[in-house]
Amino acid sequence: MNLRASTWVERSGNLALLILWGLAAALVIYVFVGGGYLISVLQFAAVYVVFVTGLNIFMGYAGQVSFGHNAFAAISGYTSAVLTTKYGWEPLPAAALGLAGVLACALIIGYPTLRLRGHYLAMATLAIGLIAYDVAVEWGSVTQGYMGISGIPPLGIGRWTVVSDRAVLLLLIVIAALGVLASAAIRRSRLGRALVAIDGSENAARALGIDVARYKLVAFLISAFYAGVAGSLFVHAVGFVSPEVFGLHMVVLAFTMLYVGGIGTFAGPALGALIVTLLPETFRTFNEYQDLAYGGVLILILIYAPGGLTSLPHIWSSMRRKEGA
Amino acid sequence: MTRVLEVEGLSARYGHVEALRLVDLHVDDGELVAVLGPNGAGKSTLMRALLGLVPTEGRVRFCGADVPRRNPVAAAACGLVLVPEGRGIFGPMTVAENLELGAYLLKRDRMEFARRHERVLALFPRLKERLLQIAGSLSGGEQQMLAIGRALMAEPKILLLDEPSLGLAPRVTEEILEKLGELNHNGLPIILVEQKAPLALKLARRAYLMSVGCIAAEIDPRTVKSHDELARFYLG
Repeated sequence: MNLRASTWVERSGNLALLILWGLAAALVIYVFVGGGYLISVLQFAAVYVVFVTGLNIFMGYAGQVSFGHNAFAAISGYTSAVLTTKYGWEPLPAAALGLAGVLACALIIGYPTLRLRGHYLAMATLAIGLIAYDVAVEWGSVTQGYMGISGIPPLGIGRWTVVSDRAVLLLLIVIAALGVLASAAIRRSRLGRALVAIDGSENAARALGIDVARYKLVAFLISAFYAGVAGSLFVHAVGFVSPEVFGLHMVVLAFTMLYVGGIGTFAGPALGALIVTLLPETFRTFNEYQDLAYGGVLILILIYAPGGLTSLPHIWSSMRRKEGA
Repeated sequence: MTRVLEVEGLSARYGHVEALRLVDLHVDDGELVAVLGPNGAGKSTLMRALLGLVPTEGRVRFCGADVPRRNPVAAAACGLVLVPEGRGIFGPMTVAENLELGAYLLKRDRMEFARRHERVLALFPRLKERLLQIAGSLSGGEQQMLAIGRALMAEPKILLLDEPSLGLAPRVTEEILEKLGELNHNGLPIILVEQKAPLALKLARRAYLMSVGCIAAEIDPRTVKSHDELARFYLG
């Protein structure tokens, strides 16, 4: 294939991804202008963008595995909820204290846990998520158990609160975008390169002078911070929290978003969060076959784009090269 | 001649298996020392043990000071730099990012970074053409050049190379070994682990022959006149 043709192929691959992002942006604008219940769906998607973008730093960049980041969302979410509803704190200081608690817990948990690898690390983090869920259920005097906590005030500073659905969505989109940009900056930094090196080969990274244990812990703390932000945002956006909100379902959903969007890329998780959240709504007219159609599409995506949707340009250009050969 | 590296009674085990047993060796300033031996002789373990990547007993002295045990970061900071078996390049990153990682301990000294970068690209001009290419998409020979280039970015005081010819075509191997000869000629001490003994002996000033985790013999390459003689060293 000549150079001009191969450039065209690259461009058409990029075009596919651009179309996908364009559609996502158009959908956000449509929902924002049109209003309705889809605004709540998008708010949910924006919170998950923050959560999975953080998880991607630990799992995608550093190549580690965690089934327990829902625990950090729960710690932050419940701290915000309890402090604002029971003790009358302002949402921002409550969220800040929740995040401080998340970082302290992540440090205490991460230091011993990150000595484990692979399946052992996965099992240990799964246990952390399950413990957090059980504490939320059993510590009824604080968390109200299964009943949950309602009446959580919306985000705001002093007299200024973000009340309307559109304003909440806008705020969440801005925070999610900042989260993705920060993740991109991390990937391009010395820290990001060190994390990707650890993912490639821990021994090769060590041989270059990279302190593997320290960087794994740093990645764990950053991703826990993102999870904490997502937890606080969720409770203040929805106004309610219960143990189910931060249950195992959250982990499964986050993993799906990561792999559908493209784990290890900085924008993939955000795209995955949008698609995985909005896809069920697209199949609403399928009635009882809605879940079947949703599952089928996810399977098709993972079969034909195993690197996630952000790998589409690469897949497209490989296909065209094969055709041209 | 100054002794750069001195190893005394170095042992290493993987669980119950003793992979290295009381290894003694040394490297003098400006020397290229080959470590030869069949598969499973413990050559790669020796390289990993020198860097502290595996638990060890014994003593490793480098430039007159003890190398801390089980601390590869400190070993790398001392100037002991390894090009691992299988190259260990970071496939999803670009060539430029791989080279930047080589100078990881340099932190923010841009001038020094630029000097090292220029020197590496002058040694391997092919890398210059591929700086923005994903490292995993390079050919085997280019990947090996990148692995050596990345190690040179760390400005090593001694370079440890584990099987640099592995999986490479003879012409590419020759090209790589020629570059190693050039580096050594400019004063860089090198330990070269190689299964292809004749190639390594062409470059080396001295060679150690390893067998089942021990140093079986120290060879002067000038005394090895033929393949038969080399086989005698291997077979005893």
